[in-house]
Amino acid sequence: MALTIKAVEDIALMARLKLKEEEKEDFARQLNLVLDYTNRLHELNTDNVEPLTHVLPVYNVFRDDVVCPSSPREEILSNGPLLEDGQYKVPKIM
Amino acid sequence: MELYELGLHDLQDIINREEVTVQEIIESTFKRIRAVDDKVKAFITLDEENALKKATDLSHKDSRKGTIAGLPFALKDVFCTRGLRTTCASRMLENYVPIYDATAVSRLNAEQGILIGKTNMDEFAMGSSTELSAFFPTRNPWDLGRVPGGSSGGCAAAVAAGEVPVALGSDTGGSIRQPASFCGVVGFKPSYSRVSRWGVVAYTSSMDQAGVIARKVEDCALVMNIIAGHDPLDATSADVEVPDYTTFLTPEIRGMKIGYPTECFKQQVDAEVKNLILAALKKYEELGAIIEEVSLPQGEYALPAYYILGPAEASANLACYDGVRFGLRDYEADNVLDMYCNSRSAGFGDEVKRRIILGTHVLSSGYYENYYLKAMKVRRLIKNDFDQVFKNFDLIITPTTPTTAFKLGEELGDSLTLYGNDIFTVPANMAGLPAISIPCGFSDGLPVGMQIIGQAFDEGRVLKAAYAFEQNTTYHKQKPSLGGEQR
Repeated sequence: MALTIKAVEDIALMARLKLKEEEKEDFARQLNLVLDYTNRLHELNTDNVEPLTHVLPVYNVFRDDVVCPSSPREEILSNGPLLEDGQYKVPKIM
Repeated sequence: MELYELGLHDLQDIINREEVTVQEIIESTFKRIRAVDDKVKAFITLDEENALKKATDLSHKDSRKGTIAGLPFALKDVFCTRGLRTTCASRMLENYVPIYDATAVSRLNAEQGILIGKTNMDEFAMGSSTELSAFFPTRNPWDLGRVPGGSSGGCAAAVAAGEVPVALGSDTGGSIRQPASFCGVVGFKPSYSRVSRWGVVAYTSSMDQAGVIARKVEDCALVMNIIAGHDPLDATSADVEVPDYTTFLTPEIRGMKIGYPTECFKQQVDAEVKNLILAALKKYEELGAIIEEVSLPQGEYALPAYYILGPAEASANLACYDGVRFGLRDYEADNVLDMYCNSRSAGFGDEVKRRIILGTHVLSSGYYENYYLKAMKVRRLIKNDFDQVFKNFDLIITPTTPTTAFKLGEELGDSLTLYGNDIFTVPANMAGLPAISIPCGFSDGLPVGMQIIGQAFDEGRVLKAAYAFEQNTTYHKQKPSLGGEQR
């Protein structure tokens, strides 16, 4: 089932992207090409195959709950585009 | 021979013999960059002042304690460098100045290597030509009308053009090996999790791996000795013992069992590329290796699975670019949703947006099973194929890419055309295996690369086989003309 332009707009919004009018058609076309290409995976029977989530046999990695030095607050904030009183500032949320 | 033609090892020798000073090496590095980088355009940012200062600090023999003391290196602009902007070749991070060094970088610094600059790449490492840099395309030193490959195209071009002897790149689906192949240099992707990814900007976390681009296999081994190994800051880095990789640099490969997958040659591969790979296999046979056909029956499904898994993970990893903590910000929006959308839409290029949208789609309710889960199951089958072959073989050899470097603009139209470049490189990422691309000849004046894939954590044997071939051939000694657009 091909993605419509409307569907591409909706998915883009989920990903917090807004497409320009002239982009929408080309994006839909290209995304459908890639999705069509991936459909060949269904040529393979994977009924009894465990999905591979990690190539190595490692599981949860724990460390001791010990306080370690971290970067100074001013340094961390230094890349913030908009700051006020030592905090990140954003437009109104509600 | 000019200084800029020498590898790390050679430079080390002449520093130790006091035939040259560290300052002379670093000055000559920047002189070479000034002479050729207008044509090649490998670098986004140079760090000349700091580099020259470090060189002065290392002028005296007693101050040189590190294993690469005074030797120049470059970094793909995906590695965070404290105080030096790290852009990922994206408008999003154009002014981002990290407050810490990536672990791989701090290890090179601790061994007194000297950072020269940050190299160009496809934006956020998504691409195979370095044309998808938000800033400018890099050019192939063998033919300036052609692409250097990607996404680590700046690294490969800089090394091929003699601007630096070695550079660190990252490889998610071929981004070290494919440009190395196009530029006639050595590109080594270690096993998944072998090198810490702390401070390497993430694209597809289940496959991303940092590695080395150099002109010589011995320099890959030297750098691997420094950057490989567990890092407490990267919980996914493997706690597996790291051998001294230089001990594998002996040309003795008698009895080594090498398989070449017959499926490779059923794909569309340039006739000359195919001939050169067959000739290389013959060379291995002469050197005493045992060469046999093997089968990776599900290998052709690696690429379609990759173009589900890669974008899926990218859509999550790139969610952090929201205009709040770093990166490009829309200051005009009066509500937070518009601020997010406008910042991200202005900061990301088209291919990055397409992959984020694709990834969001394949993970969304109703599509997850059909795409993402299916791709993870296929990934298991691909790994099983490799496991099967490695029961009886030490290494697998394939072409690195189906063709030599293509012309600038030639594959810009559709993402899908560009993706075809990765057909031989993606499987090693899907299975987490170490793989190297080394020069194995020329087709119409353009370099051809051969890929050697090994078992997980068996980097030593991959380097050994690569070294044996290099020592018995002269392809790596040929130098690009830096001429242009003649073909």
